[in-house]
Amino acid sequence: MSRTSKARNLDGPALKGAQTAWDMLSEEQMQRHITTGCEELDAILGGGIHCKEVTEIGGVPGIGKTQLGMQLAINVQIPVDCGGLNGKAVYIDTEGSFMAERAHQIAEGCISDLSINFVHQRKDSISCPERMEPNNFLANIFYFRICSYTEQIAAINYLEKFLEEQKDVKIVIIDSITFHFRQDFDDLALRTRVLGGMSLKLMKCAKKHSLAVVLLNQVTTKFVEGSFQLSLALGDSWSHSSTNRIILYWNGNERYAYIDKSPSLRSASAPFLVTSKGIRNVTSHCKRVRMM
Amino acid sequence: MANKLISGMGLPSSIENVFAARNILTAKDALSLPEFDLMMLLDVDLHQVRLAVARISEIACPPCRTALSLLEDRARSGGHLPTRLRGLDHALRGGIPFGALTELVGPSGIGKTQFCLKLALLAALPASYGGLNGRVIYMDTESKFNSTRLIEIGRHSFPHIFLSERMAQEMAGRIIILRPSSLAELTESLQQIELIILQHDVKLVIVDSMAAIFSRENERSTSGQKQHIWRWPLSFLKSLAELSQIPIVVTNQVRSQNNDEVLHYPFQGQMNDINNSSKRVESHLIAALGIQWAHSVTIRLILEAHSGQRFIKVSKSPASPAVEFPFVVESSGISLLSDEGLEVTGSEISTIRWQGQNILVQETDSRPQC
Repeated sequence: MSRTSKARNLDGPALKGAQTAWDMLSEEQMQRHITTGCEELDAILGGGIHCKEVTEIGGVPGIGKTQLGMQLAINVQIPVDCGGLNGKAVYIDTEGSFMAERAHQIAEGCISDLSINFVHQRKDSISCPERMEPNNFLANIFYFRICSYTEQIAAINYLEKFLEEQKDVKIVIIDSITFHFRQDFDDLALRTRVLGGMSLKLMKCAKKHSLAVVLLNQVTTKFVEGSFQLSLALGDSWSHSSTNRIILYWNGNERYAYIDKSPSLRSASAPFLVTSKGIRNVTSHCKRVRMM
Repeated sequence: MANKLISGMGLPSSIENVFAARNILTAKDALSLPEFDLMMLLDVDLHQVRLAVARISEIACPPCRTALSLLEDRARSGGHLPTRLRGLDHALRGGIPFGALTELVGPSGIGKTQFCLKLALLAALPASYGGLNGRVIYMDTESKFNSTRLIEIGRHSFPHIFLSERMAQEMAGRIIILRPSSLAELTESLQQIELIILQHDVKLVIVDSMAAIFSRENERSTSGQKQHIWRWPLSFLKSLAELSQIPIVVTNQVRSQNNDEVLHYPFQGQMNDINNSSKRVESHLIAALGIQWAHSVTIRLILEAHSGQRFIKVSKSPASPAVEFPFVVESSGISLLSDEGLEVTGSEISTIRWQGQNILVQETDSRPQC
């Protein structure tokens, strides 16, 4: 797919790196998004998780943050012919919750859905779903297991070099951004500034390599106006660090995602399911019907 | 990795000396500071600081692996301690996973310790009987461990082994009980365990109960530093499980939820008020160790009672949807009444129910107390 910056054929670029709003618009329209696997969720996200942006996803334990993270690491690899990015993924696991068996299962689910939706694909093409192997999906996920905040800072600094070597990486997932910082960092003022530096670097990576950065975050309880409320961890100053912020929550018996903050999307919410195949629509078969 | 010395990282010696002179010796020292602070402190220009930080980061960053190689590793190391509860093992894809933290939550007397005793026996059993043929370290913080009951469970579950006095002695001899009475003692024991785990073939670590230690600790200091107290054992237990690739099982207690703990997000405001007011009528239990703890466990199993039965519920697991199984506590330990899991949806996944206590209390009295 074409992601080269548009030629500026007016007077040549007067300012290095500058871009007109029109160019940005057409680039945005060219841009493909990473599907979450759930159409309703993609719809409120404006097509899926956006490249060049930092998206923060938070929620209570067990709501499906890691599931969504693993799903995105698989979905980013969907071939271009099938509407994907054909990219690779970096998964920075600070909690030890990434399960390779589960990722394998999600990859199988992804392949089986693609083969239903893209039956017309030529059999000899590499992107023919029937020729895809779950193991190849797993081989394209670069996994870092982080055991302290020092390692986390080091890994994010090192990303810059790593991404120079691995040009195909289209998504960086950090699961979770919070864990070690909430546990081991004593000086809170310093913590805020170190985190600030980290988020700047991530934003820079996202722009420079046109990739999506997804930060999973834990929730905590906050005492506001006489009652406890749920809120994402790391405090208010951190909340500036992401472009978009999505909160996963229980609405009765259904899982929902809510757009809490975004410069371009309306705040909205959509239900999603965590199935054995991965993240899916609540209303099943919707996808199949639409493709036919 | 965090404590790697800067002096061995191949930085230009001029920079290396500046770091040493400012007493910045390890990767942790250097990376805990924002680049700007580092520049001020070292009094060198930003470009040099960035080069140095990049180099230090590259070395301190753990190695990259592919998810495929993780999968292959898991396949090699086996990966699970079967609970021998068929339905539950199926839901958990084989049992209690190696290398992860598994938590049991439930009201007192529901069967958490029974479950732990059975797990301890299973890990000690010879491989020919489907066990792990290893030692078990059992951290008994509430003095609830009962060896008579342990042998009883053994006799009823694995009669051919436990009817022989010699074998029973050998099996029970593999289970090592520690009784730490404070967090400091628990911490110390865990550190010692780390050193002996491999040499002594320890195949399972149980902490029963984790919550008891912390509540005791809270009574001692009411300074409100609750979060600080438990942060250490948490990441330590996780890394212990991963490094040694053994299962670690901890138990957690419950407490009743306070009325002012309306746990929802500000944006949910109005719509949930209605739901909550109706729910408030039934007594509501939550895990004693709070939400931050819950984020950190890989698998959470809830033991609860409702509709006149006890249930074991897979509340959080990256490998399984939420299902629950009715169970009873028999002389052979916990046994499932049905191996078909009932699917649980919505908020019920994480709630802990404790209804019909009276019936259960009677039932509890008729079996040996542990």
